[in-house]
Amino acid sequence: MTMKSLVFWVMSCGALALVGCGPKEAPSVKVGLNVELTGDIPAVGASARNAAELLAAQVNAAGGVNVGGGKLPLRLVIGDNANKAEQAAAVTQRLIAQDNVVAMIGPDASACAIPASEIAESLKCPMISPWSTNPKTTLSAADGSPKDYVFRACFTDTFQAGVLAKFVRNNLNAQTAAVLYDVASEAPNGQAVLFRETFEKAGGKIVAFETFTTGDRGFSAQLTKIKAANPDVIFLPMYYTDVPLVAQQARRLGITAPLIGSDAWSSPEIIKLGGEELEGSYFCNHYSTQIATQEAKKFMEDYRAKYGQDPDDVAALTYDALGLLVEAIQSAGRLDRTAVRDALANIPQFEGVTGAMRFQPGSGDPIKSAVILQIKDGKFQWVANATP
Amino acid sequence: MAYFAQQSVNAISLGFLYALIGLGYTMVYGVLTMINFAHGDLFMLGAFVCLLLVTFSPVALPFPVLLVLVMAIIGGLGVLIERLAYRPLRQAPRVSAVITALGCGLVISNVTLSISPYSRAMPEVFDDRYFNVLGVGVSLLQLLIIGVSLALMVGLDVLIYRTRFGMALRAVAFDAKTVPLMGISVNRIISLTFLIGTGLGGAAGMLYGMAFPVISASMGVLVGWKAFIAAVIGGIGNIRGAVLGGFILGTVEIFSVAMLPSTYRDLISYSLLLVILIFKPYGILGRAPNVKV
Repeated sequence: MTMKSLVFWVMSCGALALVGCGPKEAPSVKVGLNVELTGDIPAVGASARNAAELLAAQVNAAGGVNVGGGKLPLRLVIGDNANKAEQAAAVTQRLIAQDNVVAMIGPDASACAIPASEIAESLKCPMISPWSTNPKTTLSAADGSPKDYVFRACFTDTFQAGVLAKFVRNNLNAQTAAVLYDVASEAPNGQAVLFRETFEKAGGKIVAFETFTTGDRGFSAQLTKIKAANPDVIFLPMYYTDVPLVAQQARRLGITAPLIGSDAWSSPEIIKLGGEELEGSYFCNHYSTQIATQEAKKFMEDYRAKYGQDPDDVAALTYDALGLLVEAIQSAGRLDRTAVRDALANIPQFEGVTGAMRFQPGSGDPIKSAVILQIKDGKFQWVANATP
Repeated sequence: MAYFAQQSVNAISLGFLYALIGLGYTMVYGVLTMINFAHGDLFMLGAFVCLLLVTFSPVALPFPVLLVLVMAIIGGLGVLIERLAYRPLRQAPRVSAVITALGCGLVISNVTLSISPYSRAMPEVFDDRYFNVLGVGVSLLQLLIIGVSLALMVGLDVLIYRTRFGMALRAVAFDAKTVPLMGISVNRIISLTFLIGTGLGGAAGMLYGMAFPVISASMGVLVGWKAFIAAVIGGIGNIRGAVLGGFILGTVEIFSVAMLPSTYRDLISYSLLLVILIFKPYGILGRAPNVKV
């Protein structure tokens, strides 16, 4: 046997041994976490993991999850979807089929959550996306009817676009608006189209509707066009890593119109990357640290104590999503996916960090409110509340 | 009119960046007939090396010093990759070398990703200013990028067509088997090619990071592909072709957005480029290879 083939055999046997003999697991409540730890929006995945681990630690410190009288520890199985649709789908498969989780939290980005939701639905495993706002996540791709096993902890883009359109029409008195968005990304795409619809319905006029593709850094051609159209406001539904580049290039071209954003802006990273060009911009968000309820204040303190930073909306929503799930498991009283799904759909009222919510009958979308924030002095400042 | 002028300025700035990145692909291809797919990732690393130098340097480094350092570091890395990964495969089938290049690129981007999963803000390397000339916005940075790119391109052209090294390089590109008989070290020429080619890629990455100051481990992928396409359109292996291809791609991209709905940008740009390739299969300035019987 040559050296090379010897090495090959040793390594193959080693690999087989790793697969073959996992230790026997102690009983626990296994929950999958399918999040964006790497890729374009790693801050989203980090917040989600932090919040989920915080809640799991709190639940376990109190003895665990109460399942039919006995207490079981809550165990998170974390998978990285890299903010890629195909990887999100693969992670979903693995969590549900191999790791045998009772339910899955995530993915957060709609581009990942939509394909993942199709798999969760077909495998009949409850899934709660903390942050995916695209209507398609909870709707069946085949016929547009609501999915049975897919829920979300956030409001939808339909609601968000309506809130923003109303806000710029009424509070900012905008007659005209321009839109620039990432046509290749699911959530921004939906937000752009829904904003156009509601803004026009409210009597406004869209003077430019421009797109780019994920990965683009230069937006000068589109922005020059927008400048020529001279809008009152510019709506930029895109993720927080793109916004600073657009803002900077817009200001350089001499565009002074206020910039308006969606909840995809809400990571504090946006201020580190952007800075002064973003001053005065408005965006829609899930909650504000400034108008916190009792639950929210406690969560913020715990989060700050553990991680040394303020929780962003992804953290808050993940905390709520997992909180909803734990409550559903306890009221179902057994680790059965269908029973947990039924319990989740029938939670009468959940007092979450991001406000009170309950699921609409026959749908995975919650009824809850939104806030409008402004970037001012390098901070997110609360401006207004918006209720459905 | 101001609109047209502004879009022209946009097109020229973008064209210079594509051209500068495309040069690295075309130089390596010209000499080795191998596509260095790690180039886009070395380009990305150029921006990160600049960030590291600015962050950790005890004294504020002026722009020219930074540029030279970044070029030297990235160029050196290019030479190292060639020595360790490509040279052992020089006699192997081309496909193996291309796959190795893709692998090197993936290693570079994933190492960067594991060190810096977050996008980073590029620090200001120099004090930027904006001018408004008759309604057309131009920044000092844009002018600097154009100036530096132009200087690097002219320098490269002189190096290749007017010096002994350039003559040797062209000789290796023409017939690598006969060149050693003339007493020229092929390995040295190839190492120098990588030093210059990837060094230019590093410079392009640094300038790109300054122009679009949010940098991330994946920033080299899309722009690397585009620059590669630009080099192919111009005629891969041909230095002036890479510059021409970069300008054509930049202009078509900007003006398709300027005149049509921006959603069609990539469709229009790449359809047009396909049409060019149908009529000029070796690129605009490229020539069919000499088939030796």
